[in-house]
Amino acid sequence: MSPDNYVYLAAILFTIGTVGVMTRRNALVAFMSVELMLNAANLVMVAFALARGNLDGQIATFFVMVVAAAEVVVGLSIIITIYRTRRSTSVDAASLLKL
Amino acid sequence: MTTLETLAPVAANGMFTVAWLMIAVPAVSAAVLLLFGSILDRIGHWIAVAAVLFSFSIAACLFAEQLLSAPDQRAVGVVLFDWITIGSWKITAGLLVDQLSILFALLITGVGALIHIYSVGYMAHDERKRRFFAYLNLFIAAMLILVLADNYLVLFVGWEGVGLASYLLIGFWQHKPSAAAAAKKAFVMNRVGDLGLTMAVMSMLALFGSSAFVDVNARAAGLTPFWATTIGLLLLLGACGKSAQVPLQAWLLDAMEGPTPVSALIHAATMVTAGVYLVVRSHAIFETSSVATTAVVIVGTVTLLVGAWIGTSKDDIKKVLAGSTMSQIGYMMLAAGIGPAGYAFAIFHLLTHGFFKANMFLGAGSVMHAMDDDVNMRHYGALARVLPITSITFGMGYLAIIGFPGWAGYFSKDAIIEAAFEHSTLVGVAALVGAGVTAFYMTRLMLMTFFGEKRWREGVHPHESPKSMTVPLIILAVFSVGAGALMNFWIQDWLEPATGAQVREVSLVPGPIGWATLAVVAVGVALSWWLFGSKPVPEIAPVSSNPFTVAGRNDLFGDAVNNTLVVQPTMVLARGLVANDDAIIDVGADGLGSMFAGLSTQTRRLQTGQVRTYALTMTVGAVLVGLVFILSQLG
Repeated sequence: MSPDNYVYLAAILFTIGTVGVMTRRNALVAFMSVELMLNAANLVMVAFALARGNLDGQIATFFVMVVAAAEVVVGLSIIITIYRTRRSTSVDAASLLKL
Repeated sequence: MTTLETLAPVAANGMFTVAWLMIAVPAVSAAVLLLFGSILDRIGHWIAVAAVLFSFSIAACLFAEQLLSAPDQRAVGVVLFDWITIGSWKITAGLLVDQLSILFALLITGVGALIHIYSVGYMAHDERKRRFFAYLNLFIAAMLILVLADNYLVLFVGWEGVGLASYLLIGFWQHKPSAAAAAKKAFVMNRVGDLGLTMAVMSMLALFGSSAFVDVNARAAGLTPFWATTIGLLLLLGACGKSAQVPLQAWLLDAMEGPTPVSALIHAATMVTAGVYLVVRSHAIFETSSVATTAVVIVGTVTLLVGAWIGTSKDDIKKVLAGSTMSQIGYMMLAAGIGPAGYAFAIFHLLTHGFFKANMFLGAGSVMHAMDDDVNMRHYGALARVLPITSITFGMGYLAIIGFPGWAGYFSKDAIIEAAFEHSTLVGVAALVGAGVTAFYMTRLMLMTFFGEKRWREGVHPHESPKSMTVPLIILAVFSVGAGALMNFWIQDWLEPATGAQVREVSLVPGPIGWATLAVVAVGVALSWWLFGSKPVPEIAPVSSNPFTVAGRNDLFGDAVNNTLVVQPTMVLARGLVANDDAIIDVGADGLGSMFAGLSTQTRRLQTGQVRTYALTMTVGAVLVGLVFILSQLG
């Protein structure tokens, strides 16, 4: 089987995610875009694993999903905390750490 | 010129093997007193006194043993340990107990013990008494290393040790800025002399491969004239620093800021005479260079006149005595420079001077004790009746220093003057004039202090000092009277093997030069009495335009000369270096710093705080990294 279509799909998803991270002000949406990029990468790895007939890519995907889950927990809690104190989830407003 | 070889020392046995205890006991005592702190505040001074008495007893035993042994068995070398081994140099730390060093050891420990005992009374009310005695012990140990060393490097250890002790003791009353400054001045000026000694020792090591006295004496005759003169002059520079000889004389007068027992022990009786010891000990080198010996004679003659001159114009009793010390050491230097004819007399005068000058300094301390630490003689007067013991013992020292027939100085100083006349008439006349001036200023001191009418300040009630102070005075007074007659017929024969001194005829009846000296001394005394005894002494020093008085009161402008020749050029140089530092080095360093500061200000702008900018940067970076990977795969 050819992984071409999967790779095209993953490339489209990754591009959407990248553009989303760079353009959206809402932290939640940016976060969703990051997830989209991760999953695009996952899709590529699964597709190639299937094409090559071994499980390496699939196992790597599991690791990515576990790490992503953990990251979501931390990231979401940060976003919620920022929202509670500043009543906004705009990433442009959260620039207090710069000199 | 014939060089008299000194005998090689015989190996140590019996009592001589424990000679090192003489040094070790005061050194350990000093360490104990300093380390154990206030636990020893109440008994510390007695520990110090006991340590010095112990050293004295060892010195006395060794001296007795030397007296009993055959003349060629008297110089004993005690090997202690291998000290430095580098390449072909092997330097052994050892002691040389010979006829010369044992006399010094006796003087140092004997007068030292008396001064320790005196200090128990003098320093009774000082809070830091324990520390004072620790420093005194340290001094005794270092001075014994200096005189007992068997080579120049070990001697140098003692040389620096006494310098340290002198520094600590001059500045002992460190709360007085003048004392602190005087201590620093003494230390710095001594460094100049030490430079000479260090270079001399290095030259010896380079030329002879050894700094032991035996090797240096044996090979000195083979030196080229250039090196003999160089080493001789360098040694003389060292001697000038330690012995406060012109041109390094200025520190001694300021050194009187220290407690009076210190002035008596270090700056009159022992340490300042180390220069004379060095010259006599290095006689083999000086005998091969007539330039160096002439320089020694000139230094001695100039200093004996300068010191006496300063002594005539000072009102501070200790400074008169300090000027006198310089002058008397000048006599010793002069004798040491004359050559084999003078060595024994240099040491003879050194010993008698050690007794009578220590006696007079301690007497001055006793007077100051009575007068609430006032040192101005114009505030004294008529003290003979209230301080009978002090004035009588001081009188003995006075008669000894002016050379009254029968007293100690008469034998030792007259012998030097006679030797000076044999050397050259000019030097002899200078020595003769010095004797007259000595009589003048010492009579002035006696008259202003003990006689005349009372000029005491309000509220001063003079009283005789306690026994611990008067007993050492009495003992020293006895030696001031008797030491000369005791040693007159003996010391030349005794020292002959160690110094190669030529034995001269001495007699109790003065020769023509002796009579001339007595006449000059009598003139000095009479002149002094006419000026200061026959009419009241003004309580404030009269303003004088007499150039002699003005120069004398200003220490012959010694400080001014040092300032112009050394201090000012150094300051100018230092200021120049500071300006260079500010203008070039600082600007360079600051420029480098501000360059990085500016650069980082620019780089900081990259940190916008905009998350989306960071995301863009990351993406661009990732794309670039990816491109590099891909291109490198293609290539």
